[in-house]
Amino acid sequence: MNWLLANPDRVRELTVEHLYLSIIPVVAGLIIALALGLVFGNRRRARNIITTAASAVFTIPSLALFVVLPSILGTQILDPVNVLVALSMYSAALLVRTVFDALDAVPAQVLSAAEAIGYSPARRRLLVDLPLAIAPLAAGLRVAAVTNVSLVSVGAVIGIGGLGQLFTSGYQRDYPDQILAGIIMILLLAFVLDRLIAVAGRVMTPWLHVSLKIVAPAGTEPATGNPASAASQSGGGK
Amino acid sequence: MITFESVSKTYPGGTQALENLDLDIATGSFTVLVGPSGCGKTTSMRMINRMATPTSGRVLVNGQDVAEIRPVSLRLGIGYVLQNGGLFPHRTVIDNIATVQRLLGLDKKAARAKAYEALERVGLNASLAKRFPAQLSGGQQQRVGVARALAADPPILLMDEPFSAVDPIVREELQQEVRRLQAEIKKTIVLVTHDIDEALLLGDKIAVMAPGGTLQQYATPHEILTRPANGFVGSMVSKDRGFRALSFSTLDEFSSTALPPRGADGRISMAAVAPGWMLDLDPEARTALWINEAGTTFPAATMVRRGDSVRSALDAVLASPVSAALLLDANDVPGAYITLEDLAPHLRPSPVAGA
Repeated sequence: MNWLLANPDRVRELTVEHLYLSIIPVVAGLIIALALGLVFGNRRRARNIITTAASAVFTIPSLALFVVLPSILGTQILDPVNVLVALSMYSAALLVRTVFDALDAVPAQVLSAAEAIGYSPARRRLLVDLPLAIAPLAAGLRVAAVTNVSLVSVGAVIGIGGLGQLFTSGYQRDYPDQILAGIIMILLLAFVLDRLIAVAGRVMTPWLHVSLKIVAPAGTEPATGNPASAASQSGGGK
Repeated sequence: MITFESVSKTYPGGTQALENLDLDIATGSFTVLVGPSGCGKTTSMRMINRMATPTSGRVLVNGQDVAEIRPVSLRLGIGYVLQNGGLFPHRTVIDNIATVQRLLGLDKKAARAKAYEALERVGLNASLAKRFPAQLSGGQQQRVGVARALAADPPILLMDEPFSAVDPIVREELQQEVRRLQAEIKKTIVLVTHDIDEALLLGDKIAVMAPGGTLQQYATPHEILTRPANGFVGSMVSKDRGFRALSFSTLDEFSSTALPPRGADGRISMAAVAPGWMLDLDPEARTALWINEAGTTFPAATMVRRGDSVRSALDAVLASPVSAALLLDANDVPGAYITLEDLAPHLRPSPVAGA
């Protein structure tokens, strides 16, 4: 703990680096996974190929990917882009299955209703399927974000790893206090990101968090011919 | 006008869903497709908005083959009500209702204004507008479903078993509501149900279909009850068929007995029909009570008006403890009563118009 408290500037610098190395890939991965899911969700063959490819990507060791990517991308070995691309691939691989499952879970009756009242397929995907998939998507996103926070630290081995650098340097200098500081900060970061996504998911799905008690008074009775409810009707229309 | 021209549908594997259906649905009529499951009624209805495609034959809406109309624009011009309402769980009541208008390109404010009108038209209070569907009862959800279908004022309304998921009391309420609405808005409505009673209650015309997708009879409820085309139709309507047919003859010319004058205690003696019984009439409060010798009172709940159906008049007589139903005059005041003897001449099958 001493090291953590004694070096606030260094900790802040590494935390910011760690944060952007974790968040950018999750966002990129989510966009890729959503695009794949929305476009190919209904095509069985394409889906099988994508999920198989995703599993394959996820089995590649991260360190190997960090090292191999520069030769594929033409980047410097110490370029943070390598880490960003590698982690985006993992995030996309992790999320694409979630996206498929989340879209599958949207009730068929709702989709059929949307089609019957005149949604075009693309519009329906964006305005009906997607919002109704938010809750399971948020759950999957939390896993991806936390996974990413821990994976970033592996980048420290090639010199880009945010708080992970506290592990490498602490290990080299045989300085456990520094390693402990890294663990504490990474746990904290993972926890905060997890909560943020959970809260955002809740805020974006208000219909799942309303009181289901059907409160009778002002609405259950048909309003016809009742002056009191007719008055409240015109008021409610504003 | 919706026309089915020798429409057939065969599913891959050979299942026949619909066989050579010819049907003319008049503009402004309420048509009910009824039959057991597997009779192709839902498939037929879904062909109107291209949710299903015929294997052969054509479906025309106002003379135009629907196969030539883009599905999205066709559907935006046809209201659709589903079982359970088919509401969007993630949208509030008002935004559910505004959906079609939004799809048609109306801005949010204008679409919502229209939606509030539709909400009112189906008898729902505006205080429900901001709720989500999960916060409504089944009956309310169904009303919202109807409001959503009506909001854009489409000339055609398709209803897919709209009342089968609600309890019997709410169902009856909704059926009456739809009848009232139809009298008001005069849409071309096509409703699918497996419930023959619902069909008889709601339809101007009923198409009875049998498994395999064959049309058995296409006629008015009256004709279906009094002259079923074949054994299949007969067996569908067999329950209380004779009694229900009385719904279609109205009571215009008939005998009745004037109520005797009030006695000293203000009560009217009904000894002529039931010895010992009295009637306590309060025209001001519009209440009427039958009173027996022991002083027990029975409210006279159902009364008869000139022009009522023979069925409801008979029901009122049978429900009365003195076997007489009060007859309301033009001012809605009971001035006479009718008994079984008065109804007897009317208790015979009425001839089918034009037959």
